[in-house]
Amino acid sequence: MTTSLAAQINSVLAALILLTAFGLLVQRRIYGLLHLFAWQGLFLSISTALVGYAAGSHHLYISSILTLALKVILLPYILHALIVRLQIRKEIEAVVNVPTTMLIGIALVIFSYHLTAPIMELSTLVTRSTLAVALATVMLGLLMMITRRHAVTQIIGFLALENGLFFAATSATYGMPLVVELGVALDILIAAFVFGIFFFQIRTTFESLDVNQMAKLKEED
Amino acid sequence: MEKCWQEKGNYHTCYSGAINTNRHKIKMEFSPIILSSLSLLSLLFAAIVVPLVISSQRLLIAISFSLTAVASLLAVAAGCWVVGSGLINKLILPLGLPNLPFHLRLDPLSGFFLTVIGLLGFFVSIYSIGYVKGFLGKRSVTPLVIFYSLFMASMFLVVLADDAFFFLISWEVMALASYFLVMFEDEKTENRRAAFLYLVVAHVGAIAILLSFGVMAGLATGFETFNGYTFDAMREAKFSSGWATVAFFLAFFGFAAKAGVVPLHVWLPEAHPVAPSNVSALMSGVMLKTAIYGIIRITFDLIHVFPWWWGAIVLFLGLISTVMGVLYALMQHDLKRLLAYHSVENIGIILIGIGLAMIFTSFNLPILAALALIAGLYHTLNHAMFKGLLFMGAGAVLHATKERNMEEMGGLIHKMPWTAALFLIGCISISALPPFNGFVSEWLTFQAFLLTPALPNALLNLLIPLGAALLALAAALAAACFVKAYGVTFLGHWRGHHNPPSAPPFMKGGKGGVEVDWFMRIGMILPAIACLGLGVFPTFFIQWMDIIPEQLLGSKIAASAGAFGWMWLTPVSHERASYSGFIVFLGILSVVAVVYLLLHTRRTAVRRAPIWDCGFGKLTNRMQYTATSFSMPIRRIFGFLFNIKEQVRITPPVPPFNKGGGGGLHYHLRVRDRFWNLFYQPVADASFWVSRQFGRLQQGRIHIYLVYSFITIIVLLVFLR
Repeated sequence: MTTSLAAQINSVLAALILLTAFGLLVQRRIYGLLHLFAWQGLFLSISTALVGYAAGSHHLYISSILTLALKVILLPYILHALIVRLQIRKEIEAVVNVPTTMLIGIALVIFSYHLTAPIMELSTLVTRSTLAVALATVMLGLLMMITRRHAVTQIIGFLALENGLFFAATSATYGMPLVVELGVALDILIAAFVFGIFFFQIRTTFESLDVNQMAKLKEED
Repeated sequence: MEKCWQEKGNYHTCYSGAINTNRHKIKMEFSPIILSSLSLLSLLFAAIVVPLVISSQRLLIAISFSLTAVASLLAVAAGCWVVGSGLINKLILPLGLPNLPFHLRLDPLSGFFLTVIGLLGFFVSIYSIGYVKGFLGKRSVTPLVIFYSLFMASMFLVVLADDAFFFLISWEVMALASYFLVMFEDEKTENRRAAFLYLVVAHVGAIAILLSFGVMAGLATGFETFNGYTFDAMREAKFSSGWATVAFFLAFFGFAAKAGVVPLHVWLPEAHPVAPSNVSALMSGVMLKTAIYGIIRITFDLIHVFPWWWGAIVLFLGLISTVMGVLYALMQHDLKRLLAYHSVENIGIILIGIGLAMIFTSFNLPILAALALIAGLYHTLNHAMFKGLLFMGAGAVLHATKERNMEEMGGLIHKMPWTAALFLIGCISISALPPFNGFVSEWLTFQAFLLTPALPNALLNLLIPLGAALLALAAALAAACFVKAYGVTFLGHWRGHHNPPSAPPFMKGGKGGVEVDWFMRIGMILPAIACLGLGVFPTFFIQWMDIIPEQLLGSKIAASAGAFGWMWLTPVSHERASYSGFIVFLGILSVVAVVYLLLHTRRTAVRRAPIWDCGFGKLTNRMQYTATSFSMPIRRIFGFLFNIKEQVRITPPVPPFNKGGGGGLHYHLRVRDRFWNLFYQPVADASFWVSRQFGRLQQGRIHIYLVYSFITIIVLLVFLR
């Protein structure tokens, strides 16, 4: 496989990641979100392995396997278990309606391309064209956290954001040092657990997982 | 930076090349700074180890206050040594941040303040052994012991620190330790409020000092390295006049907030009365002096070139503080609050000396500047002695009567003869009457005032004599105030609503008297002796501390001041003015002795009889002259300076008139500081408003917070890429 072919496949994967990011933004059903998130993780894992192959940096394979194990299998499983435990059936309400969210998302993607244009001219890496996508994924994850009300969707948004960061790391520099990646992976896992405890706490306090309920914590004037 | 590093064990000692190297002698093994470090170590030991080891509260009081007393004596020894010899000692501690070690330096100026703090610290520590026992059984005294020792240590460190970093750390430790001491009896709302006010003012001041050091440290190295944080670097730097002015006024603001210069004095009359009396003695006697030290250090040592109008502003604020302090003091009937306002007055007098010294220095009149600086420093020492004595006396009264309000006291001279006599010495000293020490320093300040016609500036020549007149007014008012304080508290008869105090628990088997124990008595006798000694033999002390103006201003006054031997104090020249404390003392002593002999040798001279009541027949002790009535004429004259609310309410008589149905007359008087409404209320309102506006940011919605970070990221990406 030549480098240019690898770059092209990588671009396709980047496009798929961006597509799933948009999917996360518009999906209303919670299981749908979970599936989309798992798919995003899978694309990310393949892309990492591909970059590792093309660039000859073999520690990326480990990253790829970690991604596969954590983001495609373990985290969706934990979240699934949480959803079952907490008996979440409802469709998810968004703060901003879907078309507006989509428009904002598109604006963010354009903004990302605009931002990374100077970097792309300077970079010599095969993955340079995907940096914009990575940045856009980060921003879309953040946007998802802003626009969704439900605590579970917030954590999915957070994890999507992390996916974007990871993707940016591979595409900008062929990945972070392995130690850092292991640390980040562990952090994500712990974050998921903390979120789990946090959900139970929110539910016992407010009898709902709507984070809007937390406005009650505000100090009265 | 230093060129003469010499390593000795874990410290470096070396003599500065910055200030006249030729004056310094050869280094000794056992230097004053080692002595002062020993003092610091024993204070830290008293603060940290002793409370951990000793569980008995009674033993804890005895051991830790004895330790602080010893530590204070060590500091006094170090200070006296360094002032006497003119040495400059340095020490670099292996502490602090990497590459930013702590510097200590002991020169005559810090040695002088070390002596002042140590001397009063010694007296107060002895006093505390007796005084703190009064808290036994009521509350744990461990915090008092810990923060007292820390407070002492931090005051020593403030005057020893030789870099901005360590200075500020010590300064903050001092503020916090004293905050906890003010808060000691924290169950009272009044105490918590006072302590909070103190903390706010102290921190606003500390920020100003920090900024001032920042300006100087930055300019010293051109904002390139961090080395400018040492005082040595600041000494050698040349500041442009604009930046020097910024640095000076920031520092002056910060130190003035600590010293209680009007209008930054509001915390003082709140915090001093509520603190335990031994702490009030230290806070008023010496903590305020660390601010004076800071002003002198920054002005004469670090910046050292300044225009005359800085001095004029210092002088003006000093005058305002003097007059306002004494006028407010006159309106008080809380004994400790009255003393607190007198601290404002005395800080004003010290600032007058410093301001005059600055004016003289900028017009290149070093001898006159030395005189004014000596006057200020001498008053610093004197004020520490007599204000410490007075606060300890007030503490003794409080201890015995459980009362701070003078209107509820009276006739205590019979119950507490020792306290009464010692308090009287303090009153005479603070009222600047010979032969005690207050007179000498105020007299020196007047001499400095009277020499201002030498200034080549017509405006100052016109205005400064007005300042002298104001100082004279303040001196007279202070005397009036202490006639009131002493007369109402100790003379006459008990005028309180409650029964007069009888033997309190700490004086088992007392014969109806409420005199305090010997620790407290000795703690007050020593400063009283110091007051007398400083007043009778001023020449010795002035010769001793003459090295300070010599190093800071390049001139001294001892040659002229002591020209006629130790008996005569003749600043500048004997034709102008001279004072002999010793002869005045002998004169007063002989007059007192003759009067005493005349009155007490003949049996008929003193006759005790009931008071003549003009046939009224129903005189009670409540009908005595009170503090409020004593100060009434002055309240009428200077009423415009206060926020006075005076109410007289008459309850009409109801029949039957003969059985207690007579009408009542209720008099209500409230005198408040005008500065509170003028400066502080608007600032407080504004800060509440601002915080309410910022409170709107807190919506309690995660989405809003996420939007904040999102917008921040976008803005940063757009503008800073």
